[in-house]
Amino acid sequence: MATAKEICDTVLKYVKDEYVEDEDQELTCRTPLISGGIVDSFSMVSLKRFLENKYKIQIPDAQATPEAFDTVDKIAVLVQSLTDRKN
Amino acid sequence: MAFTDAVRSGFQKELEGLRAAGIFKTERFIHSAQAADIEVEFPAGAAPKKVVNMCANNYLGLSSHPEVVAAAHAGLDSRGYGMSSVRFICGTQDIHRELEGRMTEFLGTEDTILFPSCMDANAGVFEAILNESDVMISDRLVHASIIDGIRLCKAERDTFKHADMEHLESKLELHAARRLKVVITDGVFSMDGDTPPLDEMSRLCEKRGALLFVDDSHSTGFIGRTGRGTHEKYGVVGKVDIITTTFGKALGGASGGCVSGRRELVEMCRQRARPYLFSNTIAPVVVAGVLRVLDLISKSTERRDKLEKNAAYWRKGLTSAGFVLKEGDTPIVPVMLFNAKLSQDFSRDLFEEGIYAVGFFFPVVPKGAARIRTQISAGHETSHLDKALSAFIKVGKKYEIHR
Repeated sequence: MATAKEICDTVLKYVKDEYVEDEDQELTCRTPLISGGIVDSFSMVSLKRFLENKYKIQIPDAQATPEAFDTVDKIAVLVQSLTDRKN
Repeated sequence: MAFTDAVRSGFQKELEGLRAAGIFKTERFIHSAQAADIEVEFPAGAAPKKVVNMCANNYLGLSSHPEVVAAAHAGLDSRGYGMSSVRFICGTQDIHRELEGRMTEFLGTEDTILFPSCMDANAGVFEAILNESDVMISDRLVHASIIDGIRLCKAERDTFKHADMEHLESKLELHAARRLKVVITDGVFSMDGDTPPLDEMSRLCEKRGALLFVDDSHSTGFIGRTGRGTHEKYGVVGKVDIITTTFGKALGGASGGCVSGRRELVEMCRQRARPYLFSNTIAPVVVAGVLRVLDLISKSTERRDKLEKNAAYWRKGLTSAGFVLKEGDTPIVPVMLFNAKLSQDFSRDLFEEGIYAVGFFFPVVPKGAARIRTQISAGHETSHLDKALSAFIKVGKKYEIHR
C-alpha cells in the first residue's frame, strides 16, 4: 500500500501537470488548490477520476468535496482512508 | 423591517472591500450615440469630453448606422414597441421567425432560436439538451455566461487547457463512456483576441463522437472571408453542432442573442430552455434593426474587409512603436502592460489625450498580465487610429514603457 508521502508526491505531480500553467508557480502539499484558485470546481472531476483509477478506489460524491480536495495533504488522507477501508 | 442597520452595514462593508481591492466598477456616461467619436462624462459631473472610442464591441460600426436606425424606426411603426408576452403564448411576430431564418442562412446551420441575450442563450442551452448521463468539457477560458450555463446543467463537468488539443483528446478519452460529450469553446476569446483551432477541434469531435459548441459572439459578422464567424475561418461550416452568438456586438449592438445549430437541438431549446420560456424575446424594434444589418453585411463584405485592414494597421503601428501585443489577427488587440496599477494609470492618461480604452487586470486576466484592451471598428478611419497611436506613444513615453 502506498505511503502518505508516495501519495503526496504522485498527486502533486499530477496537479502540476494538469492544472498549473505557470511553471514558476510554487506548489507544495499544503498549497490550497480549490480555495487558492488552482483547481476550479469544474476541473475536480479529472482529479477524482485520476485518484480512483490510480488507487483502485471509489470516492463517494459526499466525500469528494472542495474541502476534502483542498490540499494534496488532505487528498492523501482521503485516499489512505479509502484504501484502508478496502483492505 | 428586515433590512436592518446591521444588514445594511454588512453590505456597506462588502462594497468597501471591493473598493479596497480595486475591483469596484463605475460607469462612464456617454452623451452621444455609440460610434467611433463619442462624448463621455468622466468623472461623473464633469463636462462631456469628445474622445475616440477604442473599447466598444461595435466591430462593424453599425451601432448607429443610418440605414439600421431607419429600419428600426420603420419596425417600431409597423410592429409596435413591446410584445407583453413570452414567445409561446403571444410573443412571436412574423419578424422574429424571419430573423431566425436569416440567421440560419447566414451561419450555415439547420435552425435558430432567438434569446433575450447571448448570456441567456448560454445559460439555457446546456440544461435544455443534456442530462446526468452526459459530460460537458469546456476550455478553461470560456466566457462567464457559459460557466453559468454549465452550472445550471446536471451533466458532468470537466475542462481542458486553453486551446490545447492534446489535452482535450485525453479528456474525450477519459469520458468515452458518456451518452453525449459536448466540447465547449469560445470562437474568439474576448480578453486575448485569439481563436482556438476549430478545424482540429472538429476533427477530434468526429473521431471521438462528441458534439461541438462554439460561442461566436466576438466573431459573427466579421471573422471568416464573408464574416460568418470562426467556423468559416477554419473551414468547418456545417460541422459545428451548436453556435451561440449575440446581436449586441457587431450585428448592430442593441441586444439579443441566439442558439443556432442542429434542428433537434434548437427544438429542444424551444421546449425546455428556461430563459426562452420565461422571458420576453427581443423587442420588435431591435429585430427590425438586425434584419437590416444582415441585409447590409450579406450583400457586401466591405465593412468586414475595412475592419480587417484597420486591425492590421493598428497592430503594425503599435508594434513599430515598441508595444508588446497579444498575438492574433482579430480586432481585439490587447496592449500588454503587465502591471495592474500601470494599466489603470495608462487608461486614465489616454482619456486625457482623447482616447477611451480600458485597462484590465487580475482577476479579469491572470496576475501579471494587465493590459489595455483595444477594440478596432470598421467605424474607425485612419485618422482615428493615428490619433490613438500618437496618444499611446505619448503616454508610453511618460511611463518609459516603449522603445
